[in-house]
Amino acid sequence: MSSTILVAEDDPSILISIEFLLRNAGYHVLTADDGVRAWHAFETQQPALVVLDIMLPTLDGLALCRRIRESRRQQPKVLMLSARGLEADIEKGLQQGADAYLRKPFGTHEFLQTVARLLTPLHSQ
Amino acid sequence: MLTGGIIVVASFAYVGLLFAIAAYGDKRADAGRSLIANPYIYVLSLAVYCTSWTFYGSVGRAATGGIGFLAIYIGPTLMAALWWYLLLKMIRVSKANRITSIADFVASRYGKSQLLGGLVTIIAVIGIIPYIALQLKAISISFSIILQYPSVAMPPRHGAPLFIGDNTFYIAMLLAAFTILFGTRHLDATERHEGLVAAIAFESVVKLVAFVAVGVFVTYFMYDGFADIFQRAAENPQLHALVAVGGESGSYTAWGTLIVLSMFAILFLPRQFQVAVVENVDERHLNKAIWLFPLYLFAINIFVLPIALGGLMHFANGGVDADTFVLTLPISEQQASIALLAFIGGLSAATGMVIVETIALSTMVCNDLLMPVLLRLRWLRLTERRDLSRLLLGIRRGAIVVIMMLGYLYFYLAGEAYALVAIGLISFSAVAQFAPAIIGGLFWKGGTRLGAICGLSAGFLIWLYTLLLPSFAKSGWLPITFLSQGILGIDLLKPQQLFGLQGLDDISHCLFWSMFANIGLYVAISLLRRPDAAEHTQAALFVDASTRMPVTGSRFWRGSASMHDLLALVGRFLGPARAQETFDAYARQRGINDVNLLPPDADTVHHAESLLTGAIGSASARVMIASVVDEEPLGIGEVMHIIDEATQALAYSKQLEQQSRELEAATNDLRNANLRLRELDQLKDDFISTVTHELRTPLTSIRAFSEILRDNPQLPQAQRDNFLAIVIRESERLTRLINQVLDLAKVESGNTQWQEIEFDMRDVIDESINAVSQLYADSGVKLQTEMPQHAPDLVADRDRVMQVMLNLLSNAAKFCVPGEGRVYVTLSHAATTLRVDVTDNGVGISVEDQAVIFDKFRQVGDTLTQKPKGSGLGLAISRQIIDHLGGRLWVVSTPGKGATFSFTLPVRGTQTA
Repeated sequence: MSSTILVAEDDPSILISIEFLLRNAGYHVLTADDGVRAWHAFETQQPALVVLDIMLPTLDGLALCRRIRESRRQQPKVLMLSARGLEADIEKGLQQGADAYLRKPFGTHEFLQTVARLLTPLHSQ
Repeated sequence: MLTGGIIVVASFAYVGLLFAIAAYGDKRADAGRSLIANPYIYVLSLAVYCTSWTFYGSVGRAATGGIGFLAIYIGPTLMAALWWYLLLKMIRVSKANRITSIADFVASRYGKSQLLGGLVTIIAVIGIIPYIALQLKAISISFSIILQYPSVAMPPRHGAPLFIGDNTFYIAMLLAAFTILFGTRHLDATERHEGLVAAIAFESVVKLVAFVAVGVFVTYFMYDGFADIFQRAAENPQLHALVAVGGESGSYTAWGTLIVLSMFAILFLPRQFQVAVVENVDERHLNKAIWLFPLYLFAINIFVLPIALGGLMHFANGGVDADTFVLTLPISEQQASIALLAFIGGLSAATGMVIVETIALSTMVCNDLLMPVLLRLRWLRLTERRDLSRLLLGIRRGAIVVIMMLGYLYFYLAGEAYALVAIGLISFSAVAQFAPAIIGGLFWKGGTRLGAICGLSAGFLIWLYTLLLPSFAKSGWLPITFLSQGILGIDLLKPQQLFGLQGLDDISHCLFWSMFANIGLYVAISLLRRPDAAEHTQAALFVDASTRMPVTGSRFWRGSASMHDLLALVGRFLGPARAQETFDAYARQRGINDVNLLPPDADTVHHAESLLTGAIGSASARVMIASVVDEEPLGIGEVMHIIDEATQALAYSKQLEQQSRELEAATNDLRNANLRLRELDQLKDDFISTVTHELRTPLTSIRAFSEILRDNPQLPQAQRDNFLAIVIRESERLTRLINQVLDLAKVESGNTQWQEIEFDMRDVIDESINAVSQLYADSGVKLQTEMPQHAPDLVADRDRVMQVMLNLLSNAAKFCVPGEGRVYVTLSHAATTLRVDVTDNGVGISVEDQAVIFDKFRQVGDTLTQKPKGSGLGLAISRQIIDHLGGRLWVVSTPGKGATFSFTLPVRGTQTA
């Protein structure tokens, strides 16, 4: 059974590329182009992993991550993406409960490896 | 009747009283109720300045030089006015660094230099010896004279053999014994002697009372008051000159010299340093001392001239040394009690000086001369001895005896050739040599150890050559040709006319040459080389004393130590029990119960070092601490860095103070400009961060799709084409962004080529609308225009105006609700301007946002609404363009009801006509 991954990203081109990469690797993919939609998707679909852009409209990635961590639902892994790449952002992201962090632009292999690593049962223990 | 027995008993009774006072003072101090914790005792202890020189010598000086005797009291009075600054600084520095003597002070200032401490000690000891001899001479003579009561007779010259059988020798030995009992009963970490200070203060009262009593007796009982004495003196042709100002009272140079010498003496004489700095218990006492001490000097000098004139008239046939008038006048009038009081007063003046001076000197000899040497002699194995406190006391006691002996020897060898005052001035001149190194050291960070050593040595050698050796020559112990022909018969080397300098009295002559060499070498050699790390550290501690109150050296120290070693080390010098006691107290102060739990960190080591400094001086303490502490030396670079940092912080804070003062005074304009500057700085940071973000976003897609295409060669053609299209679109987006950033930079920096073309604005509007028609059609926004039949031509860069129009039109469309959007473009003109309004019925812009949308990358609705497409640079560029063309671009908006962006451009009527 393939894992469900929620991708929250507002840039349509990036969203298409990530969606393709994950589907191609055999994951079940949900997409959202702003924070509020991503939250609803999370609440209804219970993904195993959330790929989260840090600068999302309506509800930014950091706030969304915190909300996910504070919810009583099954806790997913969170992979945070940011185009600003400041050290402070990375710190903030990890503080809000992200499990991993990638700086844009990222290599597709690196991205897929990170996703795979986050989803292996060993890692989740 | 006064018999020898009565005199001796009275003298011993007086000394016994002093002991009682000292013992009581020590007891009160131990009980924590200090006897000397009030400014009056402090002032009286400062009056140790007045010795038998004052008590007997002033009258002698006045009898030959008139009011010239006053110069050495004017100096201290002038200096007292500077105490609140100079002495206060010395006190603060000394307290903070546990400095216990003037030698320690100088050594500590120049990087805790043992060499310098030793040098100062040698100068002080040799310099002060004549001064001690002066006291011995005074006591000895006054004792011989009062023994003759009721007849008045001068003691014979050189009557006694050396040592055995000479009264003066016994007096010196007795004084040494008193001093040992007073000053070295126990070893104190702070070198403070509360009982001693109380006794000294008492002596100051006694000598003042005695002198005033003699004065009143002479003035009002032997004569009919001041007026009577001066009247009679003025009528006497031989005495006339004495009471006339500007007569024989000395040249102005001599006056100046004496004033300068005594200004230095009141600060730098070892005994004055002892009472004024080391024994000071509260720096606020200075406030009273500044005016009370001059008052004391005034009081003790009131009767000098009456006694001198009275004596000269009374003993008109000569034969009585004027230095003895204070004693001989009461004797000749058969006033036994007043004579005895005068004798006791003179005794108190002399003993006070001798006791404090030799204690101060013995501390210096022990801490700064002998201990550094002894600690270095490995075969003595001193560093391994468990308890050195007894040895320290022994050395000090020995030093007291030796100093007293040297004083006696000088008295025996040279004492007869000079009057009291002349002997004292030789000492003053020696002590004055400390002035450049100390004053320079307190106010000039550039002064170095080598500079101080060279200056001091040179000044001291010149003093030796021009004052001390001549005093031996005049007494016949050196060939007199030394004076008249100079050394080796070279005229230029005549000690009192050095290098042909003539016309000065010998004291001024010495002061001139010694200060010339001293100050010259100190400054010149200091300037040759930068201070090293240790000198820099200490210089900062001294010079900045007033500004940095809690002085600790901790920042400049790195190393490791063990508590056990530190305790053992301090115990060796203070005794194990006392060491344990002080460390217990220190631990409690730091909130730690057990001494063994104290961290052996910089502060603890510093504490141990300051305890040792109190006992053995800063230079030796440094060496001892270094022997048990594994220290990492700080390089000059590091110290400079630390100091620079501190200096910069200080400079920065001063600058801020200044700035805030200026700001307060400045107008609102300045304040706003400052705010604006800060905002621009923040904007620049935001700009960089945002540009980065905007560049990374398209790059992310480009890289991702490129890798996808590479890794998936089997993808269907349609999907490949789709992905390639995205790559191309994102590349274009990237290119556009880069172009806009460059464009903005160009417009901002003014490097753009502006083309001036005459054109009709209506054409530009039409063309722009054409260009955006597809966009408007796609988003379902309707566009209407309203333009006059005729509009004046513009002369400007047409392409740039077009760029602004396109930007405003595409913005308007972006903010409209798709399908319901309406955009109106109107053109209107006044006499000198042309105006374009672009109005939409979109979401509108809040008041706060209106203020910032023209800034770079400020996109409205970042989080609240759908993020608009664009770089966020359009409006910024547009505003720059319109500004450059001499127009204005602004926005009016009601949130929720759309916005109107308007701009004006100037019409150049003359050109269009």
